[in-house]
Amino acid sequence: MLGYILRRILAVIPVMLLVAVFVFLLLRLTPGDPAAIIAGDMATPAQLERIREAMGLNQPLHVQFVSWVGQLLRGDLGTSLISSTPVAGMIAERMGPTLAIALLTILMSVALAIPMGVLAAWKHRSGADYAVMTFSVLGFSVPVFVTGYILILVFSLKLGWFPVQGYAPISSGLGAFLHNAFLPALTLTTIYVALIARMTRANMLEVLGEDYIRTARAKGAPEKRVLFRHALRNAAVPILTVIGTGFALLIGGVVVTETVFNIPGIGRLTVDAILARDYPVIQAMILLTSFLYVLVNLIIDLSYTFFDPRIRY
Amino acid sequence: MFKTLTASLLATSMLAGAAWAEKTVTAVMHSGLRVLDPVMTTAHITRDHAYMIYDVLIAQDSDFQPQPQMADWEISEDGKTYVFTLRDGLTFHDGEPVTATDAVASLKRWAENDAGGQVIMDRTESLEATDDKTIAWVLSEPFVPMLNVLSKQSALPPFIMPARVAETPADEAITDYTGSGPFRFVEEEFQPGVSVTYEKYDDYVPRDEPADWMAGGKHVNVDKVKWVNMPDIQTAVNALLGGEIDYIEQLQVDLLPLLEGDPNVTVEVREPTGMQTMTRLNFLHPPFDDPKIRQAALAAISQESVLAAMIGNPEYYQICGAVLGCGTPLGSETDASTLTEGGGMEKAKALLEEAGYDGTPVLLMAPTDLVALATQPVVVSQMLREAGFNVDMQQMDWQTLVTRRAGQAVPAEGGWNMFITNWMVPEISNPISNPMLNGRGDDAWFGWPTDETIEQLKADYIAAEDEAGQKEVSEEIQTHAIDNVLLVPLGQYSLPQARRNVITGMIESPVPVFWNIEKAE
Repeated sequence: MLGYILRRILAVIPVMLLVAVFVFLLLRLTPGDPAAIIAGDMATPAQLERIREAMGLNQPLHVQFVSWVGQLLRGDLGTSLISSTPVAGMIAERMGPTLAIALLTILMSVALAIPMGVLAAWKHRSGADYAVMTFSVLGFSVPVFVTGYILILVFSLKLGWFPVQGYAPISSGLGAFLHNAFLPALTLTTIYVALIARMTRANMLEVLGEDYIRTARAKGAPEKRVLFRHALRNAAVPILTVIGTGFALLIGGVVVTETVFNIPGIGRLTVDAILARDYPVIQAMILLTSFLYVLVNLIIDLSYTFFDPRIRY
Repeated sequence: MFKTLTASLLATSMLAGAAWAEKTVTAVMHSGLRVLDPVMTTAHITRDHAYMIYDVLIAQDSDFQPQPQMADWEISEDGKTYVFTLRDGLTFHDGEPVTATDAVASLKRWAENDAGGQVIMDRTESLEATDDKTIAWVLSEPFVPMLNVLSKQSALPPFIMPARVAETPADEAITDYTGSGPFRFVEEEFQPGVSVTYEKYDDYVPRDEPADWMAGGKHVNVDKVKWVNMPDIQTAVNALLGGEIDYIEQLQVDLLPLLEGDPNVTVEVREPTGMQTMTRLNFLHPPFDDPKIRQAALAAISQESVLAAMIGNPEYYQICGAVLGCGTPLGSETDASTLTEGGGMEKAKALLEEAGYDGTPVLLMAPTDLVALATQPVVVSQMLREAGFNVDMQQMDWQTLVTRRAGQAVPAEGGWNMFITNWMVPEISNPISNPMLNGRGDDAWFGWPTDETIEQLKADYIAAEDEAGQKEVSEEIQTHAIDNVLLVPLGQYSLPQARRNVITGMIESPVPVFWNIEKAE
């Protein structure tokens, strides 16, 4: 087991290196110029050139690449070209809101979706099943910004229960945090509930047809035990995969929600950095998200053994 | 009895608490603040930030007239020596007094990057502090627009920093944000692109005159001002309706109906001259290297069509053929009648015929990611096509556009023929600072006209002895710029601001300023 974990972690290194080279080249091949953002519309060509020189952007690509990798190896993510602040600090500051909202979303989604999926499978082709399926199709097809604005209109502007925008860190108190984070998390939950509930239903349906379920029922096990101990546990592996990759997706992909609710998170940081061609920030963000994907996948793989003892490393 | 006493005590202490509560104005600005050095960038948000924390020697009032701010001035008889005297009570946010040495260092750093500053420096014999309060600026020849350049609010105003900060090279960003302005920058609370907080600077001594545009007394009546960036204007509108923010600097006109029904919100135009939208052609490559074809393009364009598509509501736009902007002292609409009267399509067709236009494609760059620049290219290309131009409208993001416009390659190899951008009217209201009126070929602004006449006219403008003389030259500049199509003015517009009614006392100004503002409980 330990050997497996070590091998997996070592395997991350070439992957990350490839990602790094790819990202570096792709960014430089995209037209766009951070000096132009800094200098503004009135700057003359000569002024632009001076700023480029001061930022080292007129150096050949390989020189820029070597100095960047050198920085990375020293554990330094660099300095933002636009705001001149350290990238590591910017990311650390923005990671909190995104992680917290992603976690809350996953918690809420799992708490809702697993019972919904189990119910739909158990009462296959009943009204409850159709209700769950309808909700899933809706949740998945309505764009998040529409859901977000509807929630804001109802719960913030009409009822006044939640703030329209903004974020309060957990350090400011759980109540304040939930007050701010609930609506954005609920917006995202509509998508993930749909995804997880469908997955749960499909796998439960498959498992519920297996021989051991019939055996369990035949020996008189209560239905609750059959459903949650026998069936759900065996259906868990693919569901876990969906939850895990869903979490990783949330970290990188909550841009729209962060924009609608004005949350200073990773998604907006990345998009802003791309629009400004702030290379150090984009590079660090892509490296970090790819690392997160690898990490989440590792954790999912390891958790398989817990649910399915037949899996051995 | 005891209960009542406790209750009333509690109530009193709560009231007292409310009376002591900090007054914070939360504002959504047009963009997030990222660059903090006002000498390095012409970005408006950085300039707006700088007006919060720095002060300027002299400033313009609403008649575009220079007024004393940190200093008053005296000009020698021969018009060559300017002596500025700092007023009493000026201190930096670290408590140190503002001295003439600080001002001189700041002016020198500013002049390295500012076009107007460079023109002054070309004529400067010496600029030095003669004592703690006095700055002597000696020119080699008289320069009548001197005070106009020093008091301008766009693009790079000469802000005064401590000498130790002003010693930073002009192409390197400053890291010490000590100013002497009415607000103090709260560095610990700054999140680039997210929010920035300013605190009232208690030791700031305002001038006695009432606030007028960028001049006059800067009285701060709130404790804090917080700028929050909201990339989504709909979110900002929701937050304003929900009472979470107090002010939106620039609204999209199509969202106005959402706010107009709310009695707690006021929608108004902050500054009537507003912005100029305009087209720049590339003088280096066919077809626009031919003046006749440039004239054909200008003749084909109708401002009304552009503005109607862009803004829609005539309350917020103004047809204006003046290169230097309408509502400014030098603005003149001479020769621009086709633009303002709905286009001269027949004239355009005739000019194209006469020039023997061979169908060379016109590569028009159209940005897709900026609302304020998305519609004009579509309308303009339609009018050009109607006149007979072969228009190739290429869509790209603004960043790609600004990189591409800097290249002089032929259009087929990554160059371009035309693009559209917007300026604040005060920043193009003067021939020296208007970038389109630079005719020095490769050193000119993107488009690179080589135009000795416009350079001569600008020299005449500088040499003019008084305002009447300046006005006369600027008429000629207008005629020349339109005849040679140094730019195609597409009209003026103002994006309204919205404020909750708890905020009062916002003054009209080209820069959103937070002095003079009151906030009700």
